[in-house]
Amino acid sequence: MYRYDSIDRQVVDERVAQYRDQTRRFLAGELSDDDFRPLRLQNGLYIQRQGPMLRVAIPYGMLSSTQLRRLAAIARTYDRGYGHFTTRQNMQFNHPRLEDVPQILAELAEVEMHAIQTSGNCIRNTTTDQFAGVAPDEHVDPRALAEILRQWSTLHPEFAYLPRKFKIAFNGADVDRAATLVQDIGFWAVRDARGELGLKVIVGGGLGRTPIIGSVIREFLPWQEMLTYTEAVLRVYNLHGRRDNLYKARIKILVKALGPEEFARQVEAEWQHLRGSEATIPEHELARVSAFFADPPYESLSDEDAAYEKAVADSRAFSLWAGRSVHAHKRPGYAAVTLSLKPHGLPPGDASADQMDVVVGLADRYSFGELRVTHEQNLVLADVRKRDLHALWLAAREAGLATPNRGLLTNIICCPGGDFCSLANAKSIPIATAIQEKFDDLDWLHDIGELDLNISGCMNSCGHHHIGHIGILGVDKHGSEWYQVSIGGRQGKDAALGEVIGPSFAATEVPGVIEKLVETYVEHRREGELFVDTAQRIGIAPFKAGIHGVEREIVHA
Amino acid sequence: MRSQLIRGHRVVEDEFAVVSLPEGADPASAPLPEGPVIVPLAVWSARREELLSREHAVGVQLSPTDVPSTLAEDLARLAVVAVHFPKFADGRGYSIAYQFRRRLGYRGELRAVGDVQRDQLYYLSRSGFDAFLIKEGHDAQAALASLHDFNATYQAAADGRLPRFRAAPPAREAAGG
Repeated sequence: MYRYDSIDRQVVDERVAQYRDQTRRFLAGELSDDDFRPLRLQNGLYIQRQGPMLRVAIPYGMLSSTQLRRLAAIARTYDRGYGHFTTRQNMQFNHPRLEDVPQILAELAEVEMHAIQTSGNCIRNTTTDQFAGVAPDEHVDPRALAEILRQWSTLHPEFAYLPRKFKIAFNGADVDRAATLVQDIGFWAVRDARGELGLKVIVGGGLGRTPIIGSVIREFLPWQEMLTYTEAVLRVYNLHGRRDNLYKARIKILVKALGPEEFARQVEAEWQHLRGSEATIPEHELARVSAFFADPPYESLSDEDAAYEKAVADSRAFSLWAGRSVHAHKRPGYAAVTLSLKPHGLPPGDASADQMDVVVGLADRYSFGELRVTHEQNLVLADVRKRDLHALWLAAREAGLATPNRGLLTNIICCPGGDFCSLANAKSIPIATAIQEKFDDLDWLHDIGELDLNISGCMNSCGHHHIGHIGILGVDKHGSEWYQVSIGGRQGKDAALGEVIGPSFAATEVPGVIEKLVETYVEHRREGELFVDTAQRIGIAPFKAGIHGVEREIVHA
Repeated sequence: MRSQLIRGHRVVEDEFAVVSLPEGADPASAPLPEGPVIVPLAVWSARREELLSREHAVGVQLSPTDVPSTLAEDLARLAVVAVHFPKFADGRGYSIAYQFRRRLGYRGELRAVGDVQRDQLYYLSRSGFDAFLIKEGHDAQAALASLHDFNATYQAAADGRLPRFRAAPPAREAAGG
């Protein structure tokens, strides 16, 4: 993975010094609350219901074991012994003290980490496929481009006060595992007919109050012009994006208002001034950064591993886990492995410091000392020999990291919600845990099959509920918490937005509603058909009918 | 503490009087004080000849919705171009500054005015501003330090610095940590 040189190191060190002084001035009363807010936000520090929340950047989700060990130490020293992995592949600490944050940032800088631009109306952490570099369906490993973009966007002087936050994601594979159609910019790394590397540019996607699938504004951008083109998009947005209404300030609203063709025309006009300039990326820079993402020293192995096959045959529990958690790898004899942060009954995406230390050990022992955070809020060890899978499973299971639910209903993607977030209308974690408890029977869970369930505590949609096969949204009605349920959303290259199935439900009703939706699916499904495909085929009417039943039962109970 | 001007990395006396145009007022009738003035773009457009015929230096102030190229033909005649920041978090002025420096080739004083405080100075200066009217009640002398918040940079900007990949390569460090 990428390692800092003296420039990277100096940037984060200078940032720590700057933020230490800003915090000092705030605590001394020289900076008002209002003036300090945008400064602390650009360093990932929110003031939330339980006090400050600090979001630490994990660029495109890649972590070394050294970095994870430091996150565990920070969780113990400055928080309550755990951290929360987010849908943007970052880590959040929910209870640091404001006055400790400069020191936390200094300790992060020692392991080449920071919290720069993890919040605020600026360019946020770049995300990508958790299987980048190892997926068999990958055409281009997008991590070097993502790193070059990370550096360019870090402390960019012109784009620190945009109309609203700005999110960029990369995909380089057949399957889009980075939700690139619902980003401010989605880049697909592709090769043209001559084998030249380039980017397909998608803008103006997004979730939130106005969910929109992004529009392609350029089919093929030579990779050398990634930064100049991004600069053109951002300059058009910075000058013309709406600033009068928080809910209409994202780039998707500008793209929609102008129309994608007119927006593209303005970007191209701006770009004509920039292409071929000093910001055009030279070959030697791509080569320099790509070298950090070279393959680790893989062994030459046979793809079949007898010990692994035997363990799968012998142990139903192991085979259930392997079926969900072991993923294909480009190298024979290797696999990528999901470590689930979705045990039933605990907050999705949370990891204790002790669990983090276990993962450190597993990564060092089995996966070249590296790991990835997924946008589904799990962890991935990307380079595990098949012969090690059984031993890895035993250790992960002991640490509560082997719930065999990756891709299943209880692998719930969930924002921190009203328990922690001051923006939320409603709690989300208790809804997730109640659903997990309802579906605690593993046989049933596996029979239901692949089902993405996403929960957001408010319209900001951090839980990506619009693209869940089942989406749950917390809404506020006259000061009490209600939940709207939608079905039929999906992520990936055929991303679709879910449709709301009816009235809102009380928290206690939600698990029963989900159960009825699943029963309707089981009743109508064809052999091998997923929930979302059944929903698409039969429409929402049968699901609505099923729900009416549950309402009556609850009302008359 | 009234507004103080930083120019050339020093706190200096501001010789310019600022002419403001109340909402709905006629640009043709705004009174012009003696001495150097900075006028809104609307006043400049309405009274360009009159302003140029005065003996005093003249500057023009843009709001975030004004279009820089409006002044393309006049830049050599202006002593100051001022860009107004209605709010700290309104970042349009950064792109406006970029356009003056890099698109229109303006070399004169580019002044940030309005809600301008020390923690913006580094970004403002990288975006091409070289003068900063620090908001009333804030200490301009103390703010000078923030012009140097960062020495290391990644990207090209209107201050003329090159992207890291065009600059001399940094010293390699031994892997570790």
